Amino acid sequence: MNNLVILPLLIPLLAGIALIFLHKYILAQKWISALSAVLTVIVSGYLVQFVYDNGIQTLNLGNWKAPFGIVLVADLFASILVFTTSIVSLACILYSFKSIGIDRERFYYYSVVQFLIVGILGAFLTGDIFNLFVFFEVMLMSSYVLIVLGGTKIQLRESIKYILVNIVSSALFVTAVAYLYAVTGTLNMADLSVRINEIGNEGIITVIAILFLVVFGMKAAIFPLFFWLPGSYQAPPTPITAFFGALLTKVGVYSIIRVFTLIFNQDVAFTHTIIGILAGFTIIVGVIGAIAYWDVKKIIIYNIMTAVGVILAGLAAFSTTALSGAIFYVVHDMVIKAALFLLVGAMIVITGTNNLKEMGGLIRNHPLLGWMFFVAAVTLAGIPPLSGFVGKLLIVTGGFESEHYWLAGLVLLSSLLVLYSVFKIFLNGFWGETKLAKEEEKGTTKGLLYPCALLLSISIILGVGADWFYPYISEAAETLMNPSIYIQAVLGG
Amino acid sequence: MEIVMSFIIGILFTAATYLILSKSLIRIIIGTGLLSHGAHLLLLTMGGLKRGAAPLLGENASAYTDPLPQALILTAIVISFGVTAFFLVLAYRSYQELGTDNMDKLRGTDRNE
Repeated sequence: MNNLVILPLLIPLLAGIALIFLHKYILAQKWISALSAVLTVIVSGYLVQFVYDNGIQTLNLGNWKAPFGIVLVADLFASILVFTTSIVSLACILYSFKSIGIDRERFYYYSVVQFLIVGILGAFLTGDIFNLFVFFEVMLMSSYVLIVLGGTKIQLRESIKYILVNIVSSALFVTAVAYLYAVTGTLNMADLSVRINEIGNEGIITVIAILFLVVFGMKAAIFPLFFWLPGSYQAPPTPITAFFGALLTKVGVYSIIRVFTLIFNQDVAFTHTIIGILAGFTIIVGVIGAIAYWDVKKIIIYNIMTAVGVILAGLAAFSTTALSGAIFYVVHDMVIKAALFLLVGAMIVITGTNNLKEMGGLIRNHPLLGWMFFVAAVTLAGIPPLSGFVGKLLIVTGGFESEHYWLAGLVLLSSLLVLYSVFKIFLNGFWGETKLAKEEEKGTTKGLLYPCALLLSISIILGVGADWFYPYISEAAETLMNPSIYIQAVLGG
Repeated sequence: MEIVMSFIIGILFTAATYLILSKSLIRIIIGTGLLSHGAHLLLLTMGGLKRGAAPLLGENASAYTDPLPQALILTAIVISFGVTAFFLVLAYRSYQELGTDNMDKLRGTDRNE
């Protein structure tokens, strides 16, 4: 029992509520949302250290004992993701200050952002499957508002599709919960895990597992369910895309990892093989998309899919090494995807276009932006001293250990193509003939580069100081591989 | 009783799928309404349809119906109500702005913005 667990949720929730009343006072809005983001970072950083020192922390809401009430659980995996989310959202909020524009700010932009953060953090921290659904809805509802806020034509068009897909997947989520409740009679994840292991290897459990894979796969954009992602992530302005790209799909990934390590772990040979195959296809589709497009945003968007595939490949290998690789890669990818979206956003601000063929020679006038993009691109591909390397190394090692050779090979091959896709942006956008003179530029990057620098430095520290972070990550993976630790912490005894 | 309900829910899901795959936006929204009806009825059915008093302690009955699925449904209903309201307003707004409710015409790339 520890109230610390709920603090990362409460801060953005209260800030979001307060911001509703202040929607006309933009300066106050900025201060409050920055303050709340900084506080969340501090609290969640403390939470990570606390969980590392003292084991899994739980909070029985309203003092009802675990299977009967809702319980919030901060294990190391969840708290690491909470910490990463809060850092990424701080950077995106700082970026919004200069780029989102007064029209959106006056219509509750910052408030909705705070609610989005509440939904994401809640989904990470909850220990109850229906509560997870509710937090998903909090997150999705905020994302609906963010995707359509501003009401340009492309946003209206794409948000219809986005909302429709998510309504369908939410209905499937309710269906899946209903089936699971009929089989087990409980909603608490730890209790579910116990009861499903008592039932043992029944066909119906596997069917429900696959239904959950479909539901979460729809959120995470895995292979056959990714069709909504490219269009809808392209529509909103840059900081919103950065929020979505860095955080929303990762909640789906988190849920898949959580559900398939904690609850559905009795028929691993079947379920995890399916996850592996889908992960492979996700990687392939992701790199094909990333190579095919000349639209800077689209390239990064398809790279989200590749990353999701790589992370799920780590889950499919299902060993401590591969899972710690997956966790490391989630953290790395959240940070670097946000950084890339923000950097690409700065390029779009300067040139006024998404089309790579209309850019060129930006490095002459914007050396800092150029070299930052270079570092981000190299990090994304996983070049040794930087953060993308460690995660992929662990995933590939884990893949070889559990003899998923083709999957590990695919992960390695994908790095090459990812590198090609981002270097296409670098070579065509930054090098070559300068197409825009200083005076012709459509906007200024003033104030836009600090958040990118923040994210990049974190990702460099993550790579260079991997030794320092590794104990946290491997401990988290250890807990995931041994669900009994989680169950013991939640249900006691 | 559960068998009958399963058939009804199946029909609801079928109708919802059919409507969601149609061209007109308003039919799609009706489809999502049917889909959430189906999901909510499924929650109720899967909780078990045994005979028992309404879950009110004042009834002093020997057996009650399961209160948990009812609470879950209530939550799911308000959520889907919120989402549907948002979706309807969005459909209205996009009809004003884009001048069509035909999903085929809402296709396209960023070129024809």
